[in-house]
Amino acid sequence: MIPELGQFSLILALNLCILLSLFPLVGAVKGDVFLMGLARPLTVGVFVFVGLAYLALTVTFATDDFSVLYVAEHSNTLLPDRYKLTAVWGGHEGSFLLWIFMLSGWMLAVARFSRSVPLDFLARVLSILGMLCVGYLLFLLATSNPFDRVVPLAPLDGSDLNSALQDFGFIVHPPTLYMGYVGFSVVFAFAMAALLNGRLDSAWARWCRPWANVAWAILTLGLCLGSWWAYYELGWGGWWAWDPVENPPLITWLLGTALVHSLAVSEKRGAFKSWTVMLAILAFAGSLLGTFITRSGLLTSIHAFASDPERGIFILGILVLSVGGGLLLYAVRSPLLKGGVGFHLSSREMFLLTNNVLLVVAAASVLLGTLFPMVFQALTGKLISIGPPYFNAIFVPLMIPLVFFMAVGPISMWKSTSIPFMIARLSKVGILSLALGIGLPLLLTLEFDLWSIVGVSFALWVSLSMINDFGKKIRNKSNLLEGVRSLQPSYYGMQLAHIGVAIMVVGIALTSAYSIEKSVLLQNGESTALGSFDFEIGDVRTFSGPNFSGQEVVISVFKDNSFVTELLPQRRVYIASGTPSTEMAIDAGFLRDLFVTLGDQKENGAWSMTLYVKPFVRWIWLGALFMVLGGLISAADKRYRYLQRAVEEKKANYETHHPDRLVDVGV
Amino acid sequence: MILSEMWSRERSGCYLIVILFFGLPISAQVDTFEFDKAENQERFRNLSNELRCPMCQNTSLSGSSGGVAEDLRREIFFMIKDGQSDREIKDFMFERYGDFIFYKPRLTAGTIFLWAGPAFFLLIGGIVGLSIFRGAQSEALKNKTLTGSDQNKIESLLARERRNLKARDKAG
Repeated sequence: MIPELGQFSLILALNLCILLSLFPLVGAVKGDVFLMGLARPLTVGVFVFVGLAYLALTVTFATDDFSVLYVAEHSNTLLPDRYKLTAVWGGHEGSFLLWIFMLSGWMLAVARFSRSVPLDFLARVLSILGMLCVGYLLFLLATSNPFDRVVPLAPLDGSDLNSALQDFGFIVHPPTLYMGYVGFSVVFAFAMAALLNGRLDSAWARWCRPWANVAWAILTLGLCLGSWWAYYELGWGGWWAWDPVENPPLITWLLGTALVHSLAVSEKRGAFKSWTVMLAILAFAGSLLGTFITRSGLLTSIHAFASDPERGIFILGILVLSVGGGLLLYAVRSPLLKGGVGFHLSSREMFLLTNNVLLVVAAASVLLGTLFPMVFQALTGKLISIGPPYFNAIFVPLMIPLVFFMAVGPISMWKSTSIPFMIARLSKVGILSLALGIGLPLLLTLEFDLWSIVGVSFALWVSLSMINDFGKKIRNKSNLLEGVRSLQPSYYGMQLAHIGVAIMVVGIALTSAYSIEKSVLLQNGESTALGSFDFEIGDVRTFSGPNFSGQEVVISVFKDNSFVTELLPQRRVYIASGTPSTEMAIDAGFLRDLFVTLGDQKENGAWSMTLYVKPFVRWIWLGALFMVLGGLISAADKRYRYLQRAVEEKKANYETHHPDRLVDVGV
Repeated sequence: MILSEMWSRERSGCYLIVILFFGLPISAQVDTFEFDKAENQERFRNLSNELRCPMCQNTSLSGSSGGVAEDLRREIFFMIKDGQSDREIKDFMFERYGDFIFYKPRLTAGTIFLWAGPAFFLLIGGIVGLSIFRGAQSEALKNKTLTGSDQNKIESLLARERRNLKARDKAG
């Protein structure tokens, strides 16, 4: 009964979406307030019914209803409750339902928090989001229905959730990543609505910017969680694999980063409007491309859903229609976007433009490397592999100038900045960064490594120029507190995000330079040294978990003969599926991680294992968290929030100047 | 969702199992080859990172616990022990598996665009960036002169702002 209710809710949601994609848009064109006013209630309806469908699937999982095919394939009676509830996104159908649920959530948020946006504009935005939702819901119902029943013979038990997914990372990573991904649809819809009504000014950028910042921050978090999960679960000692399924979120992130910066120029200076709209379309295309690649099985990846060409074609259709439609509208309407102000070759606009070009070129290059094997095979019939060595070789040289300009951009001025002024402000910072960048790694490790010097120097370059700028900004205030208060949240947001990049750069450089690893075969009581640590193998214990049993090896770690920690790497066998799995043991630290991967036990009782010492690896994700925080703080800047009074004033103003348009002040 | 490989006990053959959703290799590989020199250990690590496991979905030799990857790692180990150079080892792998084995594609007529692509994109990016700059410049020149009505608007706005300020001064 409940699965049928879920299915029914989906169909109702589809119908509401069709209404949503038509009526408010027609209303906006005709100036019909009633039709435009339907946008909000219809959006709420879509959210409620998609939510009910999602709830129905969750309940079906929670109650072990294996007569539903999707549940039978992704759950098991032994599965712990937290995985039963999250196994909803453990496969293609349910994860796509989650995708739609996230989109409806974003739509609800737009309807709720865009009170300062004129009603005709909001109606267009929600209609466009409704159109996307129609495409997704049709796709779900037509090709990937999660509520299909197995009749008449339902299995007694399910075949279990993939054991590699039974982990905390699985609970947090997919929803976060999807939420970030889908957030760029909102920005896309804002861009389309602006093209439709030909109104693309600073006000538009101001409405759009908080959504772009939040989507960007959540996508950053999603990528960070994915990287962290892969690091501790995969046990290959790495944190990024340049896999074809990892690349689209990165491409989207790079384009999103460019968009966030370009929007800043559009808001503050009214420049780059056309470019900003283009980026909004591209970032959205990146998010759809990710879905397409993952779900079509077009590229071989270690992540891949059970692929089905029919699904691939359908998603390709959605992609071509929405992105193609967007580009067409752009081509027709962008000549209207002229306007704006000029700027000097040495100005903040120009530095941000350089940043944008570098980010987009990086995104295009990653895309090239991701799709090239497919094109190559189609043209020559031969197989080719493109992996980390290629991507590192093209990506790092593009990131170096980007990080260089991260120190220059924030201290430069709009319109025009004299170069001698910049040199005067940055020369000390530059010399100090280089000196410390060479000195610190040498002093701490007594080992010369070019990349660690480059990494640390650039990180210092960014953070010292920030501190310098902050000092200059509060210099004229009577005390520090007043100075701190005088600056805007958006300034702090930018600072935090940039410092985050610096922290991440240090992490990447030092981990790559100083990580050490060793594969050994050890028996109980034996020990081995790696770096300054000694690893001693102790007892083997057997244990059993809720739905698995296994063995763990006790490894004691010593440094200079004093005990540091105990590591417990495990081998598990999952009862339902019989699949073996390895659990790494990690001792995480601010300055270094100790990491053990367990291999097999040999005939003589010895265990094979790989030991790692990875300095500064945590800094990679710490930096990402700073970026997330920075993005969220910027989005929370006061100027995006309108107090009721301000809204009313605005409304009065707006109506006197645009008597033909109506402003909606919210309910 | 991974396609992940699994091997039968006897390693007589392998079969692929489709596992749904975000998938990860089922078990990590651990080798315990003894090298006489640390430099050779390093070479071994680099080679097994740069060469792809030919039977896997998308992992390097070092990242796969499958039988073929294990055999190839052993092969590399013995070739290094034999004193063969990286070049010779790579040529051997190429003869057996073709270009598919290299994670870093070799520069050939077919891969020129792949390697030149980023530079090409940078060129296009530079041109687009410059045209945006020029566009803004010329647009600004056009807008530099104000029409009479613009001038009036500015004056009325300024007057209103002055009134507001005065009112605020009185209130505060």
